[in-house]
Amino acid sequence: MKRYSAFAIAREALRHHEGWERAWRSPEPKARYDVVIVGAGGHGLATAYWLGKNHGITNIAVIEKGWLGGGNTGRNTTIIRSNYLQDPSAAIYEKSRSLYETMSQDLNYNVMFSPRGVMMLAQTQHEVRGYRRTAHANALQGVATEFISPQRVKELCPIMNIDGPRYPVLGALWQPRGGTARHDAVAWGYARACSDMGMDIIQKCEVTGIRREGGKVTAVETTKGEIGCGKLGIVVAGHSGELAEMAGFRLPIESVSLQALVSEPIKPCMDVVVMANTVHGYMSQSDKGEMVIGGGADGFNNYTQRGSFHHIEETVRALVETFPMISRLKMLRQWGGIVDMTGDRSPILSKTPVEGVFVNCGWGTGGFKAIPGSGWAMAELMAKGHAPLADAFSLDRFREGRFIDESVAAGVAH
Amino acid sequence: MLLLTCPACGVAADETELAPGGEAHLTRVGPDGDDASFEGYLFQRANPRGVHFERWRHVYGCGKWFHAARDTATLEVFGTYSAQTTAPPDDILDKIKARRPGWEGNA
Repeated sequence: MKRYSAFAIAREALRHHEGWERAWRSPEPKARYDVVIVGAGGHGLATAYWLGKNHGITNIAVIEKGWLGGGNTGRNTTIIRSNYLQDPSAAIYEKSRSLYETMSQDLNYNVMFSPRGVMMLAQTQHEVRGYRRTAHANALQGVATEFISPQRVKELCPIMNIDGPRYPVLGALWQPRGGTARHDAVAWGYARACSDMGMDIIQKCEVTGIRREGGKVTAVETTKGEIGCGKLGIVVAGHSGELAEMAGFRLPIESVSLQALVSEPIKPCMDVVVMANTVHGYMSQSDKGEMVIGGGADGFNNYTQRGSFHHIEETVRALVETFPMISRLKMLRQWGGIVDMTGDRSPILSKTPVEGVFVNCGWGTGGFKAIPGSGWAMAELMAKGHAPLADAFSLDRFREGRFIDESVAAGVAH
Repeated sequence: MLLLTCPACGVAADETELAPGGEAHLTRVGPDGDDASFEGYLFQRANPRGVHFERWRHVYGCGKWFHAARDTATLEVFGTYSAQTTAPPDDILDKIKARRPGWEGNA
């Protein structure tokens, strides 16, 4: 792999940019791999990357039914934060946030991580109490957050109306080292690094069945033929239920559609990420100038990547009250992603009833921020059978009643 | 936007008038159930990409619960039926089979 650098740009400028090589190879699948990862999104690729980097396992195929990073990795609002209430969540999300800080250097790929700060507005007394509690919890967990006053909110984000008649801003949970990153670049960067370690990334290859012998996985059947595997990682977000059915077990997961939209680009007006959970809306400004807006999820099972108009209306109506200046913005695009919701709104990183099969799913509405940490923990789990960051997120927590309840902590989509 | 006809009051309501209630026809586990069957009842869901039987409530209408048969991949609605049943009625199953010849039912 040729490294990207300022020197490389100068070199290519002198020879008509003909020397750039493809970022990753697209080989045909081999008959067998030590590890097969299903799903070439951020989480799947990060899992493969850390398997190679931390555990020396590189005989890996990452297979993907569509194109690389074309699922929820390319459909989110790119927010990165780690201000969670429960200890296991704070541990894995903070690990993830810290890995984002060095990701561009680690991967030699600019993921445009921008630690611009994330604030979660408290617009009811209930939220004020909740976020104060989270700030105290974060202090004990070593996550840098603080509860800030409405005046400080106004200083950090002058376009906000903090005296809204319905939902005045009463304060905010502020994480200065949170921010955003370029979502596609995260997938592309990991893919390039994985390919460089000798792993095969196989796109347009759909899994149609999972072969087992004596309760142990032996191969996956795909549209490109059977691929043998020693271990299988299922990292397919909203489609986890389907894969689990092929492997013969059920997951405590329901798939719903979550949507987002972006406005036309405007001049820089907002250099922080703002989340308003009471009114189900969050917003940040991309480097292109578009306002990136996320809203609430559907409440019913849904595999269509569309979303529905009344959710847009709800979200935009609430945001216009808090940000009056966006009322005349035109919206450019709207899309939906299929998110995998668990009962306690926390992810599942776990062994399964089938030996050799591991799942990484249930990230729900907040998976992008977790990509590097999720991959780190999943790789350790697959290599060693247990991992400090993953153990609390095992499947048996539902049977044993060990919930990691973040739905109460976040209030809504998080 | 999803449109469902409430079988209790006959009103064709859109999704803003309704509240989703999750998978239908779950078998409640009694006091003699073991941990695994309680886990199944409380948390594990079929979550199919395709035909799905589910519970809805006509919240901003008559307030009654009812059942719907729907396709989660296309949003096609096969029909709605009374909440006072433990399995989908035959006429709904016939409609589904007419539209989805290969469908074998949800496990």
